[in-house]
Amino acid sequence: MEVYLDHAATTKVLDSVKEQMVQVMTEDYGNPSSKHRKGVQGEHYVKEARSVIAKTLRVQEKEILFTSGGTESNNMALIGAAMANRRAGNHIITTRIEHPSVHQPLAYLESQGFQVTYLDVDANGHISLEELSSAICPETILVSVMYVNNEIGAVEPIEAIGRLVKEKKSSVIFHTDAIQAYGKYEIRPKKQGIDLLSVSGHKIYGPKGVGFLYINEKVKVKPLIYGGGQQKGMRSGTENVPGIAGLGVAAKEMEAGFAERIKRMVELKDYFIDCLEEISGVTINSQKGLEGAPQIISASFQGVRSEVLLHGLEDKQIYVSSGSACSSNHPALSGTLKAIGVKKELLDATLRFSLGIDTTREQLDYTIQMLKELLPVLRRYQRG
Amino acid sequence: MNTQSFLIKYAEIGIKGKNRYMFEDALVKQIRFALKGVEGDFEVTKESGRIYVNALSAFEYDDVVAALKHVFGISAICPMVQVEDEGYDSLQVQVLQYLDQVYPEKNFSFKVNTRRANKQYPKTSEEINCDLGEAILSAYPGLSVDVHHPRVMLHVEIRTKVNLYSQVIPGPGGMPVGTNGRGMLLLSGGIDSPVAGYMIAKRGVVIEAVYFHAPPYTSDRAKEKVMDLARLVSRYAGPIRLHIVNFTEIQLYIYDQCPHEELTIIMRRYMMRIAEAIAKKQKCFSLITGESIGQVASQTVQSLAATNEVCTMPVFRPVIGFDKQEIVDIAEKIGTFETSIQPFEDCCTIFVAKHPVTKPNLNMIHRSEGKLAEKIDEMVKTALETTEVMVCQ
Repeated sequence: MEVYLDHAATTKVLDSVKEQMVQVMTEDYGNPSSKHRKGVQGEHYVKEARSVIAKTLRVQEKEILFTSGGTESNNMALIGAAMANRRAGNHIITTRIEHPSVHQPLAYLESQGFQVTYLDVDANGHISLEELSSAICPETILVSVMYVNNEIGAVEPIEAIGRLVKEKKSSVIFHTDAIQAYGKYEIRPKKQGIDLLSVSGHKIYGPKGVGFLYINEKVKVKPLIYGGGQQKGMRSGTENVPGIAGLGVAAKEMEAGFAERIKRMVELKDYFIDCLEEISGVTINSQKGLEGAPQIISASFQGVRSEVLLHGLEDKQIYVSSGSACSSNHPALSGTLKAIGVKKELLDATLRFSLGIDTTREQLDYTIQMLKELLPVLRRYQRG
Repeated sequence: MNTQSFLIKYAEIGIKGKNRYMFEDALVKQIRFALKGVEGDFEVTKESGRIYVNALSAFEYDDVVAALKHVFGISAICPMVQVEDEGYDSLQVQVLQYLDQVYPEKNFSFKVNTRRANKQYPKTSEEINCDLGEAILSAYPGLSVDVHHPRVMLHVEIRTKVNLYSQVIPGPGGMPVGTNGRGMLLLSGGIDSPVAGYMIAKRGVVIEAVYFHAPPYTSDRAKEKVMDLARLVSRYAGPIRLHIVNFTEIQLYIYDQCPHEELTIIMRRYMMRIAEAIAKKQKCFSLITGESIGQVASQTVQSLAATNEVCTMPVFRPVIGFDKQEIVDIAEKIGTFETSIQPFEDCCTIFVAKHPVTKPNLNMIHRSEGKLAEKIDEMVKTALETTEVMVCQ
């Protein structure tokens, strides 16, 4: 049985997405900037996707900007907003558990003279609203807090943050990295006070290399990429029409049967956590129910190196991540796990299981069974 | 006036005796092989003790030089311009033109060195040297003659055509691969073993390699990395046959049966035994490792002696006396460093004890290995039978 439990790293494209993309790549391949009919056809796909996506967020079409994915969306949001508003101040607030595609652009901004405050999180990965409130100062121009943490699935109190930020200083821009949240939560930027929101296509059964950034029409953002003036000059370069069309289809599919699907995923997640807790020496770093993201389960296995367990599971055709796939390339240990106070000896003993829309109970049972087989063997052979 | 051919100089082959032709033929073969990867048609010829690469079509100069710089046995590469023999006056014009083209700045010392293969030529070599020298000096007054230490040695070779060359691009040196038998390299994925392979290949040895894979303790990416390293070394050493041994069972058995502080030494001894068995089968006459004295616990002199005890073949350790930085310098030069430092575990680092023995006692090691008697031979046999083989180039 092949069990893919790495949906937070990436997902397989849906058939409907693939068909749409093939159509665009092979038949309706016009450049939206071309003046002829082929070009108009291409433009039509971009418009359609924009309209679908805007509807899922209940925002205006013109507030959606297509990008090359989550990393670019986060870069555009942070660098673009900071640069456009640097006359208003130079202070930015974020958390210790953001993805590197938030932390690294902020490190760049620090080198350009901006000040960044990093908020701590509690054992569940939540920031404190009081701490946020006292961090906001007259120089603050931007607050960036992720919606769902990619490593443990912690869900931040986005609406409360949005309200607090606007009450405290209405000119502060609120950005959220919603890459693990879009398609899992009902996101309503206007209601939740979100000004900038980053999304990636390949986490929601769309293609890789495409994503979008929601930009509140009232917010000023400077472009990162200059050229032919596509997307109103905000992001030059011929639109990735097949990617955008595919992303549009994926977004639409995520809307259909939303509530039921999430309910099912949460049930599966809770079931999996219950099963894991029965195994000795396992610590769960994620929360059950809707308190935690429906798809992400982080668990630490005492006495086993995560990479070894990962390859052991791989041998049984079960695919998971150690820590977070995006940061697995670096030998440095996870920032999120450290920030929530995971014990030192467990930092390198933690796996992330992430469910998808087609994950079944049988797959999870098989995974648990294989863990029960592997753990005693692997625990016998330790370093030292 | 373009470079159409290259004169290839070789160093040590020149001092060989009656089997010198074997070394030259091997070098010609290696040069042909290296040029297969370069766009264009080339002819590689051996005449009167020299090797020439002649381009038969248009070619990219830099690509040819880069390819030749990877061929062991070449001590220098001289780009050559060939002109028709139309008498001395014409030659003088061509030589001035050649110098103008190759050296835009004319402020160096030079010497003309003529060789006449065509003894019918109206002037003697010495006369040509003098006359050309004079002509050059009067055409380019910024130049000066220095017959002892010239910065530019202008070679004029008069054959059926006339060859002009003065630039000398250093080659990698060494001996052509294939002239010194075969060696089995223990390739780990670290910095040292690819360098060791390079150094032995440089002496003309055909390299095969063995890698010990320990899934799930080492990942497929670690294996990919070793394949990449073998490919990088093969740019110099020619195609490398890589033997991938699944070592997990043996490693775990040693872990179960033997004292943990001796794990690495015993494991290394089994690696050497397996490598030697594969080497024998492949008609290799030597083993090659990247060990360097004192670098880690298993590379103290005592540990090396303990590991060495199980082999009957000579074990070549070309970096034995090098400091880490010296090895890194070579790794950077041959382009393996970047790949070597990718952070994937190799099988040596997985079961390292906190305090491994640094002065293993052979009697104790023998006693510990005695505890493996029940299953180990069968396990080694299985490991040999299930070894995966691939050619990296």
